[in-house]
Amino acid sequence: MEYEIVIGLEVHLQLKTKTKVFCGCSTEFGQPPNTQTCPVCLGLPGALPMLNEEAFLYAIKVALALQCEIQPLVKFDRKNYYYPDLPKNFQISQFDKPLSYNGALETVSDGARKKIRIRRVHLEEDAGKLIHETKGDYSLVDFNRASMPLLEIVTEPDLNAPQEAYNYLAALKSILEYLEVSDCDMEKGSLRCDANISARKKGSQKLGEKVEVKNMNSFKAVRSALEYEANRQRSALESGETIRQETRLWDPGKELTLPMRSKEEAHDYRYFPEPDLVPFVVEQAVIDRIRESLPELPRARRQRFIKAFELSEYDALMLTTEKGIADYFEACAGLYKNRKAIANWIMGEIAGHLNDRKTDIRGLGVPPENLTSLCAMIDDGTISGKTAKEVLAEMIDTRKGPQEIVRSRGLTQISDKDDIEEVVRKVIDANRKTVDDYRSGKKNALVYLVGQVMKETKGRAHPHLVNEILRKILGD
Amino acid sequence: MSESVSFLTACALKEKYLKREISVSGVIQETLKRIESSDSAVHSMVLVNRESALARAKGLESKKIQGRLYGVPVIIKDNICVESEETTCASKILKGFKPPYDATVIQKLKAEDAVLIGKANMDEFAFGSSCETSCYGPTRNPWDLKKAPGGSSGGSAAAVACGFAPLALGSDTGGSIRQPAALCGVVGLKPTYGRVSRYGLIAFASSLDQIGPIAKDVRDAALLLSVIAGYDEMDATSVNIPVPDYSQALRDDVKGLKVGIPREYSIKGIDPEVAECTKNAIDRLRELGAQVTDISLPHTGYAVSTYYIIAPAEASSNLARFDGVQYGYRASGGKNIVDMYIKTRSHGFGDEAKRRILLGTYVLSSGYYEAYYLKAQKVRTKIKEDFEKAFRTVDCIVTPTSPTPAFGIGERMQDPLSMYLSDVFTISANLAGLPAISIPCGFSKRGLPVGLQILAKPFDEESLLRVAYTYEQNTEWHKRSPKIGG
Repeated sequence: MEYEIVIGLEVHLQLKTKTKVFCGCSTEFGQPPNTQTCPVCLGLPGALPMLNEEAFLYAIKVALALQCEIQPLVKFDRKNYYYPDLPKNFQISQFDKPLSYNGALETVSDGARKKIRIRRVHLEEDAGKLIHETKGDYSLVDFNRASMPLLEIVTEPDLNAPQEAYNYLAALKSILEYLEVSDCDMEKGSLRCDANISARKKGSQKLGEKVEVKNMNSFKAVRSALEYEANRQRSALESGETIRQETRLWDPGKELTLPMRSKEEAHDYRYFPEPDLVPFVVEQAVIDRIRESLPELPRARRQRFIKAFELSEYDALMLTTEKGIADYFEACAGLYKNRKAIANWIMGEIAGHLNDRKTDIRGLGVPPENLTSLCAMIDDGTISGKTAKEVLAEMIDTRKGPQEIVRSRGLTQISDKDDIEEVVRKVIDANRKTVDDYRSGKKNALVYLVGQVMKETKGRAHPHLVNEILRKILGD
Repeated sequence: MSESVSFLTACALKEKYLKREISVSGVIQETLKRIESSDSAVHSMVLVNRESALARAKGLESKKIQGRLYGVPVIIKDNICVESEETTCASKILKGFKPPYDATVIQKLKAEDAVLIGKANMDEFAFGSSCETSCYGPTRNPWDLKKAPGGSSGGSAAAVACGFAPLALGSDTGGSIRQPAALCGVVGLKPTYGRVSRYGLIAFASSLDQIGPIAKDVRDAALLLSVIAGYDEMDATSVNIPVPDYSQALRDDVKGLKVGIPREYSIKGIDPEVAECTKNAIDRLRELGAQVTDISLPHTGYAVSTYYIIAPAEASSNLARFDGVQYGYRASGGKNIVDMYIKTRSHGFGDEAKRRILLGTYVLSSGYYEAYYLKAQKVRTKIKEDFEKAFRTVDCIVTPTSPTPAFGIGERMQDPLSMYLSDVFTISANLAGLPAISIPCGFSKRGLPVGLQILAKPFDEESLLRVAYTYEQNTEWHKRSPKIGG
């Protein structure tokens, strides 16, 4: 029996507004506990919420970028439940009339496109954070995060594989970064993702019992958790068991999902309209203005890069996913014609350094003109590609330009044929046996000889010329 | 300083200050002395700021007499936040809570140089019509100490009746300013919903609550309303309509003004003396030139039940925050967080608060929401429409404030339904968001005050004040004061 996996994702996104969603407190991350609070976000008796316009506009921006319809009359609701990180013991959220609904996001993987429908995008407030002390019989609460603006972005159950969920998250993150509305940092908690996953017999219309999976703190963790969960459900069904509707937590250490300790009573959140906030009409002019001011989104930029810079679909995808990278590439492409070389350097060496140094393109400290100079020095034969890699590393370490490094370290490529020939002859004299091997047909021996010449010249000899001269002298 | 200072209105005080006949310190000392000697019998106050009031008085003496409430003693209902002063809503669960901020109305009082005398008793979280559900024990009616002062702003109304201060702030969710004002023989005004900022008012039912003035006469009520009214960027439900100078509305003239008498308000349970006083008051208005007409508010009969769904629903959510985590009372011995919640809320809330939390939680529960809350909201719209229709033909509506004069302490505590019916005439104004005022309009044979309620269109407090002022100018009821302590 073949089973189909059905996944829906629920993303919570912290918007990087200057102030919280219902009060004037700063949203700055990493401040000492309970220093970014006021009567409103502490839920003190008598305090009242006021909607932050910036948060609302950001929400509309995201909704439009995700091709959603906008609710004509915006209202908020109270979601009532008790938890010590929730100062009012209700969360101001949106229930039956989300800010926006019926959207879509297109994902691309291996050239295949898939449209994921977005069920709803709504605005709500975040809760504080509990800090559990290891000693003592108490926990502490930090309310700095309380009432930070959150967007909840919910898909329809349109994803059919863990990799699709990963691709969706990558595409979503890409759009959100382009919109510059969130840090999208799962480690800092500015982007959080829960998943619903179920399995059904292939061809069946009815959805299986769904399991909610939580506690995944990276896109890779989402994929791993869903892979684990998909396998678990498949094998359970194959052996005739039934799947229980439950919430399971991903354990990244053990790499498995475990049922959350059973709080079995179904939650009744007793939603009702928030009487402290007055419903309001979103004017079409506001929507139009935001729509017009939307930046070029990743998909459009990808198409443009393919056309304007003659990139492959793959290269264009790689270069446009992150806005910072795309901006960087575009700046370089404006300075130097060899776009393919620039693309390769960014996707190869630069990406490697970004990964190793855990920084972004700005933090790397290689201005576009330095990278393009480096490419030009390779192209005109001043340095070899291999040397260029060392130069790039030094550019990052010292923040110096490539010319300066090449000049001061004497890394200029030796392209003078006489100079190279002199070294070649020396190497031939010193490696008679290898030369004999070569002449007796062991063609691989040439590679060794080239290597010796490079060693003698500390890698500066033009490799193409070394080859050519060696063959000539050895009478090829 | 003569004893009579205690019964001076805020407007009279101001004149005497300007003429240098009295000093702020003198007035405040006199006020404090009077509270000390008389409040033990009435128990209208739960907190008296002796030291800070005296210090403030002294500070004001070196200041120009300019603030609209310069040197005027004001008493605050205990559900309005005053910075660093214990604010408890007369509930054990908020014992020890000192707000780190001033309610917007308090900021405005301070800015106009008022002197805050202290906090007035009330029904716990404003749940009640008799001031008996207070954790501090009941306030007594100054006109008859065996009777309740009404509620929930019973402490504020009783304090003004006793002359402890010419002005007090109350809050009104279903009649909590007007009913105690009627039962204590003073003026109480509930402004239009959105006219006064609720920021800093500890919420009972957010869509119904409104802060308003309690005063000895209409002029003082207008003065206090002028000070506290206005849009507030801290309260999304406050409305950005300019605040008129309400003293300009105080004209002794109702000629041609159309007054509606709703026939649905002639109910069986109404006390004959209240009915008579109301009839006489209407006759008086007619004599003064008002055009009195019969009107109909057909959905009136549903108001009390509608209210007792919406108000507890909102209250159950508003009171969820009192959980022992951040502030106020926390029960000891909780084994875990849930146990701590249960113990704190079981010990911290009184019976009426628990009753309303249960009611509200029930009507919002899934499966019941549509049948109760949603339906109640629809009826609320109908009630609102009744008034919109009526106000197309009349300028204001006149009714009794309370169906009976003050009732005995303990009399209705075992029967919540009879208590809930105390608000039968006042609740509709909250459901419809209308402004309404209660003014003295007579006394029962036993000497208990009776109040007349006047309602007007949203944001037409001026018509209310005009009718109330004219009636007051042509009657003597407001001049009587209870005799406390001999």
